[in-house]
Amino acid sequence: MISGRTLGQGASLEAKTSPEFFKAVSFCALSQEDYDALGIFGEGNVLVRSEFGEVVVSAKKDEGLPPGVIFIPMGPWANAVVGRKTGGCGTPQFKGEKVEVERTKMPVMDIQELFADVKTRGGDRS
Amino acid sequence: MIIEDVLCPFCGCLCDDIKVEVEGGRVVGVKRACRLGSSKILGHERIGAPMVRRDGKLFETTYDDAYDRAARILKGAKRPLLYGWCSTVCETAKKGILLAEEVGGVIDSTATVCHGPSIIGIEEKGLSGSTLGQVKNRADLIVFWGANPAEAHPRHTMRYSSNSKGMFTPEGRGGRKVIVVDVRKTRTAKNADKFILIRPGTDYEVISALRMIVKGKGDLIPETVAGVDKADLEEAAGMMKAAKFGSILFGLGMTHSRGRYKNVDNALSLVADLNGFTKFVVMAMRGHYNVAGFGQVCAWETGYPMAVDLSRGAPYFNPGETAACDLLGRREADAMMVVAADPASNFPRATVEAMAEIPVIQVDPFPNPTTFLADVVIPTAVCGIEAEGTAYRMDGLSLRMKKVVDSGLPTDEEVVENILDRVRRLADDN
Amino acid sequence: MIIEGGIVYDPINGVLGEEMDVSIEDGRVVEESQDGEKIDARGMLVMPGGVDAHAHIAGAKVNTGRIMRPEDGRRGTEARTKLLRPSTGYTVPNCYAIGYRYARLGYTTAFEAATPILEARHTHEELEEIPIVDKGALTLFGNNWEVLECVRDGDLDKLAAFLAWGLRASRGYGVKVVNPGGGEAWGYGGNVKGIDDPVPNFDVTAREIIRYLMRANEALRLPHSVHLHTNNLGKPGNYETTLATLRAVEDIASSRDRQVLHVTHMQFSAYGGTGWRDFESKAPEIADYFNRHEQFTMDMGQLIFGSATTMTADAPLEYGNARLLKAKWSNHDIELEESSGVVPLVYGRKNPINAIQWAIGLELALLTEDPWQMIMTTDHPNGGPFVNYPEVVALLMSRAKREEELATLHDLASKRSSLPSIEREMDWNDIAIVTRAGPARILGLAEKGHLGVGADGDVSIYDINPEKVDPSKEHEEVKAALAGAKYAIKGGEVVVRDGEVVAVPQGRTYWVDASVPEDAAARVKADLVEKFAKYYSIQMSNYMVQDAYVTRPRVIGAGVI
Repeated sequence: MISGRTLGQGASLEAKTSPEFFKAVSFCALSQEDYDALGIFGEGNVLVRSEFGEVVVSAKKDEGLPPGVIFIPMGPWANAVVGRKTGGCGTPQFKGEKVEVERTKMPVMDIQELFADVKTRGGDRS
Repeated sequence: MIIEDVLCPFCGCLCDDIKVEVEGGRVVGVKRACRLGSSKILGHERIGAPMVRRDGKLFETTYDDAYDRAARILKGAKRPLLYGWCSTVCETAKKGILLAEEVGGVIDSTATVCHGPSIIGIEEKGLSGSTLGQVKNRADLIVFWGANPAEAHPRHTMRYSSNSKGMFTPEGRGGRKVIVVDVRKTRTAKNADKFILIRPGTDYEVISALRMIVKGKGDLIPETVAGVDKADLEEAAGMMKAAKFGSILFGLGMTHSRGRYKNVDNALSLVADLNGFTKFVVMAMRGHYNVAGFGQVCAWETGYPMAVDLSRGAPYFNPGETAACDLLGRREADAMMVVAADPASNFPRATVEAMAEIPVIQVDPFPNPTTFLADVVIPTAVCGIEAEGTAYRMDGLSLRMKKVVDSGLPTDEEVVENILDRVRRLADDN
Repeated sequence: MIIEGGIVYDPINGVLGEEMDVSIEDGRVVEESQDGEKIDARGMLVMPGGVDAHAHIAGAKVNTGRIMRPEDGRRGTEARTKLLRPSTGYTVPNCYAIGYRYARLGYTTAFEAATPILEARHTHEELEEIPIVDKGALTLFGNNWEVLECVRDGDLDKLAAFLAWGLRASRGYGVKVVNPGGGEAWGYGGNVKGIDDPVPNFDVTAREIIRYLMRANEALRLPHSVHLHTNNLGKPGNYETTLATLRAVEDIASSRDRQVLHVTHMQFSAYGGTGWRDFESKAPEIADYFNRHEQFTMDMGQLIFGSATTMTADAPLEYGNARLLKAKWSNHDIELEESSGVVPLVYGRKNPINAIQWAIGLELALLTEDPWQMIMTTDHPNGGPFVNYPEVVALLMSRAKREEELATLHDLASKRSSLPSIEREMDWNDIAIVTRAGPARILGLAEKGHLGVGADGDVSIYDINPEKVDPSKEHEEVKAALAGAKYAIKGGEVVVRDGEVVAVPQGRTYWVDASVPEDAAARVKADLVEKFAKYYSIQMSNYMVQDAYVTRPRVIGAGVI
């Protein structure tokens, strides 16, 4: 998985609770080959899973991608599958994480849902 | 009323030719800015008022109350982390560093999830660079490596690089060659004379192969390197050596992939090697409009550009140990202040989970996932639109951001100053 | 405040080791003051506060040095105190360390040697952060496209108007010229080989650039002369370029009571030989020339063994350094204006070249008869960090110390220089000149470097008795005393006591506002409008350093009208 910037992601960077951001960032682009191999016809969602976590995103085709490489715009959906380790340099590996991708009927969580269970672990510390 | 020569507060291009139309004290129009900048300048939903979290929910409060709570959190913490600083001006950073000194915390910027590895590469090898105008005026070869300005720095190619016109480059794009190296064919790649597709995580080998070819040791290289044909590498190296003024502009493809700072180290070395044959420069395509500025301020104030641990009263720098993701990853930070950044969105999930376990103070104009985790939320004016201050472009050039409208909100700098003030009073009380 | 009974050296006012009182009121030296703090300076050396006329202490290349050298940051780390911010760094200290360390040495004024105009805002941001000392920055002009065009067209009036504009845009103090023409050639990786080698694309030579800049500088009656880093700096045999440069401008008259040209860090420009094998000192030849031409001044650029960081606007030189030493290398070209490089290195006692270089700096200072033509510097941090100034003073004052040092160095230092044969030992009067009075005069700072009525109340008091201690023999004591002032006083306020910083007032930033005829200014503006429209990467309205960056200015007027 590669995560990175897109125009849509950048344009809604300061509006992360907006529908524009959701639309711009909660998808995964795949090569034509991979897209077809997953058996997604028209629209559909995929479950992307790494050793660090998993996330459901909608699937798109992108002819610029070679088979075996998927692209998720930078943000909380992509980061659900990125590991916390920095390899001794301070920076996690946001690009090139090994993931498994399968078609799924599960819905894509919106941003509030994505953080719902993270929130509950917190508390009142003010 | 149209205000001219406004600086855009979005990306590292720091375009300073923006025209902003202001009517009735509000921004009503923007010209010349790209989609990213226009979007920010025109505005988004804002955090309405300071808030504190009780019983899991955020409730409105006063600024004074928010400052008090923030000060108590930071003063009471053993290892507070003060993070962010990339979407605010240098004046804020200066106060932030003072605050970090005062509370014995660790101060770090978004560079550590962005071009931090580039900084480390520079620490290893130095960087042979120039201002963007030098590229515009002289460069006849542009190499975008792991960078996609078409989507991340939209006006870059027209203002500064492949499509710009200058003193010795009157033909613009027509007089230049563009090479794009990436793991996918991006929008930027569509403008390339040569596109080299590499497998993710193979930047290091490919750069090494190029260096060998440049230095005349190409016969030692196999027929393919990381899936790239030797012929393609030879052609690219040939284009580089044949340039009158070449430039490599690299992005997060290098810093986020396997190898991280070693990729940058190798790229910087490649450019140093190329200088033995022709003029060559290299530049990191900084993402946020003032992440470079924080690095500059932090360096002249503490000696180091990021990830500075001030807990012992003297600056200690060791990314891998003192960067934000390291501290959180080891669950060492017991409080966090986030100014002008959104780590909840941009950190790995597991790191965000660590954030969720500690008190978080957020200082930002806009609500975002960090707000979902924050225990104290303090809204501020948007720098570059509602507040003046200094920012550094990706090439290290500092410029002054303008204020075009009033917001009635405190600036990031004022907020940090207020918290610092209260922290000092708490210290005096003790 | 009254500083009582010190042994005062104030060469500008002819005071050479007299026991006397110095009175300060409202930040200035006065005839006599009855009230206020009394400082007992009996048995101690009293001099005006030190003036560092050339050091790289603020701006883009200094910060590049910091960023690329975290290993330097770890040296010289000092924790914060109630009063002081943390200090880090040895060759590239952080801003606070710079101010505190100068003050501890008894220095109260320090000038940044070179700022580009486009990045002057950065220079001032850093200067603002340096505590205590008064400061200023010299503005780079020698490779600027507008300058080269004015020289090519022989347009002196427009050039003068551009200098005035450039000083205002950068809030600079004087005209700095570094490897003129070479910096522009470096835009395509080239350099100039000497003062008559034409600059590509502009068809001018360094000789012409230097002459025109000097003439324009004098036309504007700027307080300081042109400040020059010669072409071919650092190359064996370059003394010929240095002498050719000086001869090329012998006829130009100064417009003020000062030198007409200041050549900086001369050690790096006083080399003989044809390569590193036959590398040797040509300091005697340079000194001899200066002894016969009183209109020129220089500063030493003395080497200090150990770690250093070279950083100059001589970008091709730095590239050469990096290749030679296989060191990490940073380069920064600045569109239309200049270029610079930063390369860390270590000067070794047993390295034959470094040993000779070390000797050359001292030779220059000791063979130049008139101390008013000489400033003691290390071109911080190129030759070495300024915290080593006491070492240099001790060497200048003690032949025995020089001999001791020479014995530890590669023997070529003795064979390829005349240092072993030099008997001269500077006295306190000389030292007061080369570290205070001289630089103040050379820079044109009327209220600095002396203790006459009206001077700034900047005083340094060292716990060493010039009447009892023989610097020639007790050079260790000299070095120790100068390393931590007993008192340093800035503007009448005690900032250092017993070698510790006790107050951190904010200093002021000098800059020169020169006036020129309107028509010349208009012609410059027209050129600049075109350059910004076509070549610069920013808008003209965002270019100039704004007031916000110079919060405590000290503006000196100059100009043709």
